[in-house]
Amino acid sequence: MPPAVPPGSEPASRRGVPASRPAMEKMSRSGAALGGAALSGRTMFCHLDAPANAISVCRDAAQVVVAGRNIFKIYGIEEEQFVEKLNLRVGRKPSLNFSCADVVWHQMDENLLATAATNGVVVTWNLGKPSRNKQDQLFTEHKRTVNKVCFHPTEVYMLLSGSQDGYMKCFDLRKKDSVSTFSGQSESVRDVQFSIRDYFTFAATFENGNVQLWDIRRPDRYERMFTAHNGPVFCCDWHPEDRGWLATGGRDKMVKVWDMNTTRAKEIYCVQTIASVARVKWRPECKHHIATCSMMVDHNIYVWDVRRPFIPSAMFEEHKDVTTGIVWRHLHDPYFLLSGSKDSTLYQHIFKDASQPIDRANPEGLCYSLYGDLAFAAKESLISSDSNRKPYIGDRRHPIFFKRKLDPTEQFEYISSSSALSVFETDVESGSMDWFVHTAKQYALAGRPLAELCDHNAKVAKGLDRNQVAQTWTMLRIIYSSLGTVSSANLNHSMGKGSAALPLMNSFNLKDIPTGLGSESRLDRSKGESRTENILLDSSSTLINNEDNEETEGSDVPADYLLGDVEADEDDLYMMDHENPHAEEQEYSLPQEAFPLRHEIVDNPSALDHLQDKADSPHVSGNEAETVSLTPVESFSLISISHSLYENRLPSDFFNPIVRDTLLFYAEQGDVQTAVSVLIVLGDRIRKEIDEQTQEHWYTSYIDLLQRFQLWNISNEVIKLSTCRAINCLNQASTTLHINCSNCKRPMSNRGWICDRCRQCASMCAVCHHVVKGLFVWCQGCSHGGHLQHIMKWLETSSHCPAGCGHLCEYT
Amino acid sequence: MLQGAKQGCCSLPCNETGNSLAHLGCSWAKEKRVQVSPPLTRGPSAFIPENEVMQANGLDERTNLLVEEYSTSGRLDNITQVMSIHTQYLESFLRSQFYMLRMDGPLPLPYRHYIAIMAAARHQCSYLINMHVDEFLKTGGIAEWLNGLEYIPQRLKNLNEINKLLAHRPWLITKEHIQKLVKTGENNWSLPELVHAVVLLAHYHALASFVFGSGINPERDPDTSNGVRLIAVNNFCVCDLANDNNIENASLTSSNFGIADSLSELEALMERMKRLQEDKEDEEASQEEMDTRFEKEKKESLLVISGAFDDEIVSTDVSRYIEDPGFGYKDFARRGEDHLPTFRAQDYTWENHGFSLVNRLYSDIGHLLDEKFRMVYNLTYNTMATHEDVDTTTLRRALFNYVHCMYGIRYDDYDYGEVNQLLERSLKVYIKTVTCYPERTTKRMYDSYWRQFKHSEKVHVNLLLMEARMQAELLYALRAITRHLT
Repeated sequence: MPPAVPPGSEPASRRGVPASRPAMEKMSRSGAALGGAALSGRTMFCHLDAPANAISVCRDAAQVVVAGRNIFKIYGIEEEQFVEKLNLRVGRKPSLNFSCADVVWHQMDENLLATAATNGVVVTWNLGKPSRNKQDQLFTEHKRTVNKVCFHPTEVYMLLSGSQDGYMKCFDLRKKDSVSTFSGQSESVRDVQFSIRDYFTFAATFENGNVQLWDIRRPDRYERMFTAHNGPVFCCDWHPEDRGWLATGGRDKMVKVWDMNTTRAKEIYCVQTIASVARVKWRPECKHHIATCSMMVDHNIYVWDVRRPFIPSAMFEEHKDVTTGIVWRHLHDPYFLLSGSKDSTLYQHIFKDASQPIDRANPEGLCYSLYGDLAFAAKESLISSDSNRKPYIGDRRHPIFFKRKLDPTEQFEYISSSSALSVFETDVESGSMDWFVHTAKQYALAGRPLAELCDHNAKVAKGLDRNQVAQTWTMLRIIYSSLGTVSSANLNHSMGKGSAALPLMNSFNLKDIPTGLGSESRLDRSKGESRTENILLDSSSTLINNEDNEETEGSDVPADYLLGDVEADEDDLYMMDHENPHAEEQEYSLPQEAFPLRHEIVDNPSALDHLQDKADSPHVSGNEAETVSLTPVESFSLISISHSLYENRLPSDFFNPIVRDTLLFYAEQGDVQTAVSVLIVLGDRIRKEIDEQTQEHWYTSYIDLLQRFQLWNISNEVIKLSTCRAINCLNQASTTLHINCSNCKRPMSNRGWICDRCRQCASMCAVCHHVVKGLFVWCQGCSHGGHLQHIMKWLETSSHCPAGCGHLCEYT
Repeated sequence: MLQGAKQGCCSLPCNETGNSLAHLGCSWAKEKRVQVSPPLTRGPSAFIPENEVMQANGLDERTNLLVEEYSTSGRLDNITQVMSIHTQYLESFLRSQFYMLRMDGPLPLPYRHYIAIMAAARHQCSYLINMHVDEFLKTGGIAEWLNGLEYIPQRLKNLNEINKLLAHRPWLITKEHIQKLVKTGENNWSLPELVHAVVLLAHYHALASFVFGSGINPERDPDTSNGVRLIAVNNFCVCDLANDNNIENASLTSSNFGIADSLSELEALMERMKRLQEDKEDEEASQEEMDTRFEKEKKESLLVISGAFDDEIVSTDVSRYIEDPGFGYKDFARRGEDHLPTFRAQDYTWENHGFSLVNRLYSDIGHLLDEKFRMVYNLTYNTMATHEDVDTTTLRRALFNYVHCMYGIRYDDYDYGEVNQLLERSLKVYIKTVTCYPERTTKRMYDSYWRQFKHSEKVHVNLLLMEARMQAELLYALRAITRHLT
């Protein structure tokens, strides 16, 4: 059998670790060399007076402009600090024209800036103006807030704007008005970006999730359009090198990279972030890297390698509020990132100070194969470190080394990572979980008195050679169903009668057991039993055993019963139990006034009520059944034990801590089944002893296990019986049933009986040929069906399908 | 028969409330002498004739929707019937309401209905209270809670403060309020639970506006077979606020002189709209001018209703669900008081911020609300009264923004002068009443604006007001939660 390849090992090989420091610094220098002037600096920040909405850098990478509702300033970026160069917000009561939603600095002309104002005005600024007010031109053509402005990358006078009113406008700065207007024919425009390589092309993103490509010469119609995101597309960015790539970020928390070279825009990469994406910016000189920041909740800036969408390759965590603007300081330098934020700070981030989540993540993979083998892959260093440990017998090690060929163009070099893969084979015998399945199927969890439940479950456990569990059930029965229920008068009475009727042998046995020792010796025995089968059952233990199983035994054959022949009798006994439970049921579904009917917070009260009834019923029934069915010749040792306990005045919850420990023990051992079953059977008696979370944890584990074994019914029963709120509501989730039309095979959206598309009644009754509204029953074999009543009637007389298809339908 | 019994029970308190309202609510002195009569109208609304509601209007689609609603909820309440005039909207309304009340969510079902009760009680909307008392019991709520706020768990009680603020002065909600609720402790709220609660509160405050604004009649529920409901209905006397001036209105609306008048009004309104749409940049307003226009609108909204309502009578049936009943809407821009910062719409928008937060904490509701807001904002039939092919965008936007203006939310890119040009005074009175003090809405107010317009158009106005109000409340609450998170 070939070892299953663990999925975890694959990411381990793909995921790289960034280059070591020295290498990076070297790269930094070479990167800077590209730009002409050496960039240097450190991670630094300065306080702004107000939250920033957007930032943009000057071509020379030495200045940055910060714009926001109440701020519009230019800062010089120096070695150690930011220095305020110019405040463009002048005038005593600055107008709304200064309230910027976006700002952009021309990459050709360092005196030229443009801002988008929240009141819908596009403003250009000329820093070369001698006066204090650098405002140059004012375009008031948009009716709503302008979300984005963008200069043409090579053309000095061309400016593009996108607004909330759904229009994009192209301005020639030499003219007073826009030269062309592009109508997106939809809701607001969120971003516009000129293509870096294609002179005439620009991309626009929209609130409805669409992206449009336009030719600047053709304002009448977009070139192409595709839906990129679910919900608004907040931003887009053209790849600086690859002309076909466009990255988009949306409210749906995705960053997508589109290849636009093909006739249909093709999604080539997709990164799932944790919050809506406000900005995306390709990292210079790194083909696959992209920086993002989010609009809400998440304050960090991430740099992703789009090929590894699961973990950011770098992360900047400096900001205390959402980051609103990010920009790479220089067109050709990948190591300096500037960012502005709502927390009123402006930061310069240096790549070498970035936190790299990859360092903290241990690439490990763990997987089960079909046959129960376990494969585990981890970094070699981790595995070898504990090599002094004795290898597990089943351990077959496959030291596999994954090496990645270095890509010379790659900025981030991957150090060759190697992982070791271990496969643990399970031996077939021990791995068998048959006992689990059988137990799950046979356990009775509710619906009968506690004592019966315990007995039944003990028998099930015993049948599967799980003696310890069987003993546990037996003990639970003794602890909870006999305590404090037998009034002393009653006891004496039965004692008297019992002793009168019983043969002498029994009383003899009784004397043999020292008072109070009964339970103790049983404990010992239960431990012993888990190892070896009973070597010898002395008469007293037989007695106890009998007592455990005894319930409705008549008084006529006590001697036989006590003398053994347990197995046969037991079966008979249970047969009887099954046959006449109704008489007793009447008794244990007694009026419940004494019990709190409702949980304080109830999700589905009807379900819960039902459940509470059940949970409570064993309690009631325990009492009732016990007192009632305590016939004079009730097995003797039971009485003696309970009698002795009773005399010690032990309250019924005296054993709760022990039971709790037992359950914890089982859960710890991995036998969550026992723990949960006991929990359900005991219900309120033990529930308060164990904290909610643990219970919930047990329940979920057990339900998970049951579902893995496809024991759906049982898992459902467990969910229903559980008293945890969180578990209980599992059943209330996704309860919708979708149906398809029987004619056109498409989903029926509106009503169950008529299809919107083909206008036909979808569900006709096969008997009366009328539309079925209300209860509809159909055969899973031939899928014909109809009114419940009709089908029932039909199948009483005929075994064939009423539709005449020849199928032998069954109605149960 | 049942209806008769109900009315009999009602008659006394109705008289009282009606009179007091007539006395207090309207400055028209003559109304004091108006005799109060039981509601004349049948059908879902007291303001709208029954046949108007049932009028064929995309009949096919509409019946489909109603049938669907009936089959899912087992009834067709009056709200649904009135809203069904606008089928498209109704669909998204029902979907979101169904989701927040019945689908998976952080809060248990009875809690949700109780929160709805608490929210409706702030506006003394007995219609909604009755409806949810019923639902509350059906979903297994503890009947004792219905005795009043003293009987509910502390955790729910803690919601009172935010309910109060949200209903009347949402701009006062700060992150401290949020912190107080989510602070770990015995009765703390988790953030998803809180968001769910806030959505419910906002929804029901706004819905109360709609109920009063459209004069929704109490349910004539035929299937009152279970005793609980009957009792509930009788307990909470349904006072029909519309009835205080029915008689007079009948004469008012039928008078010919009014129609001639309103015809010219309509023409003028359309003329103004046209002008606004065509040449916008003609009268280029300076910044200061814009500022003052917003302030003016804000201030003017003060004058719309004189504030002498203090001695309002609240029936005990309702008051048991509220604390501090005297707390009401206070104008955002009352002169001479501390200047509260204007909420700049662009800094915290529903689309960018509110949605993300809500959807993060209470998944999928964001999409439903988003769709609903979008639907109501873009809903148009391109008609105005008797005219067709009219672009009503400016009018709708004016309505929406005027509501937000009263809550202190300002759009930088909106010229509030438009509000003044498009919304006549009687309409402003109506808007202000419906959004801020819905319980004081009267049929007279409803009738006195836009006399030429169809009822369906007025219902459309109500929908806009309701959603604008809900969004405003949500924005304030969500902004506070965001601030708490950062």
